[in-house]
Parts: sequence; C-alpha cells; structure tokens
Amino acid sequence: MNPIVELIICVFLLMGGLFVLLGSFGLLKLPDFYTRLHAPTKATTLGLAGLLIGSMIYFFVNEQRLVVHELLITLFLLITAPVSAHMMAKTALHHKIRVLKRTSGQELTGAARERREPPFDSA
Amino acid sequence: MSAVRRRWLPMPAQSLILFLVWLLLNNSVAPGHLLLATFFALVIPWLVAPMQMEQPRVVKHWVAVRYTLTVLYDILVANFEVALRVLGPTRKLQPAFVAVPLDVEGALPITILASTISLTPGTVSAEVSEDRQWIYIHVLHLEDERALIDQIKSRYETPIKEIFGC
Repeated sequence: MNPIVELIICVFLLMGGLFVLLGSFGLLKLPDFYTRLHAPTKATTLGLAGLLIGSMIYFFVNEQRLVVHELLITLFLLITAPVSAHMMAKTALHHKIRVLKRTSGQELTGAARERREPPFDSA
Repeated sequence: MSAVRRRWLPMPAQSLILFLVWLLLNNSVAPGHLLLATFFALVIPWLVAPMQMEQPRVVKHWVAVRYTLTVLYDILVANFEVALRVLGPTRKLQPAFVAVPLDVEGALPITILASTISLTPGTVSAEVSEDRQWIYIHVLHLEDERALIDQIKSRYETPIKEIFGC
C-alpha cells in the first residue's frame, strides 16, 4: 500500500481512537450523571467518524471497492445518539438522580420532571 | 390513481430509502438482494403506514441542506469543545439546567431541534414540557444563559421553522 495513504489512514484511526478514549475518560472523570452524559454523546461521535473514515479509505484502497457500510453506521449513530442521551437525561430527572451542588437552574428540575412550564419566566 | 398509489405505496420516499439501505447494508446488487430489497420496500411501509401520524412537510429543501451542513460543522466543534472541557479542570465547570422557550410546533420539528441540541456544543436536551412550549436542557458549562438561548433560537430554531414553513 502507498505509504502516504497508509499514513492518512493511521491519522484517522489515531484521531478516532483518541476521541473515543477521551469520551470514556470523561465518563470516568466528570462529577455527576448529567455532566457525564455529555462526554460519550459528543466525543464519541467524532471518534467513531474518524475510525469509520479510516476504515472506508482502507477498504477503498486495499480492496478496490467502495464500502458504504460506514456511511450508514455514521447515519444511524447520528440518529440514535441524541435519542439515547435524551432518554437517559429524562430517566435521570424522574429518578431524581443527585445533581452536582453548584449546578445552576436546579429549581427547573421539578418542573421538568412534571413537564410543566418553568416556575418563573426565565426568558 | 392516487388512491391506488396510496394503497400500495403509502410512503414512496421511505420505500426508496429502505430499498437503498438494504442494498448498502449488504453491499451488493445481486438479483436476490434486489428482490429482497423490493420486498422490504413494499411490505414494511404497507405495515407501518396505518401507525403514521401526520407530520409537517419539508417546504424549503435548500435550507434543510444548509442546516444539515451547519449541524455537521457544529458537531465537529462540539467534539473539540467537550474534549477540552473533559481534559481541563472539572472544578471550573459550571453545569446548569436551562429552560428554552419553543416557537416551533409539531412533533417532528421539535424532535429535530432536541436532537440537534443534544449533538451540538455542551448541551443535552432533557425534557419537553407537556404543552410543548418549553424544552429543558442540561448545559455542561454555562457562561451566559441569555446568549445560549439566543444562539439556539437563531442558529437552529429559525432554520427549522423555515424548513417546515411554520
């Protein structure tokens, strides 16, 4: 394989791996459930995109065929990631999961749980 | 004619997508897969069509394309931003719940807005109020509530309203 192509694939794979790792690291490091929700939903999207692009280039160059599974995986990921994040946040609200003390706007959680309008006009 | 079409091909766009996705998943255009893809493209919409709810239609296609590109770019930015916040000191994070007033109407536009919020910089949508007037979001690091709400409304909500013409 052409060393330049190989290098490009490596860069994509490393970038992807790095972001997925960061996502998992965030899961470990961030202080409460809600903040933890952010790391895997975001950092992982780009990480997987990197890995998938790397894989696409590899198969395209190595096997001389266009592999499009990766595009579908990306699409499904983009559709499902926000839905699962939303469901987890919603569940957390209903289970009254501990919120980090310095979180502002905590008075909204009660209203959000009951799906009412916010207690004051914040707009 | 259109009654016949509605009976046998109730969701033409979705049928086409199913057909293509099946072929893409199998990475093949062998006759067997073409046959299966056609079968699924006809039968699945026929099964689920009665469950469908009336949704607003996309009226401005080019706004939809531009919106998709904006969101993809923002996802890229969001990733770097969240990565930096994860690596930086967590003591300095100022997480917050924010209620954003909704102007868009209808389940589909609100879903798209909520998904966009979850995919873009440091925000996750948590709940929508029953009257669909408010969306509650959790922010990883809040600096200016007013600015954040304005950004969501101008950057995402306005184009969505334009796309669906509501």
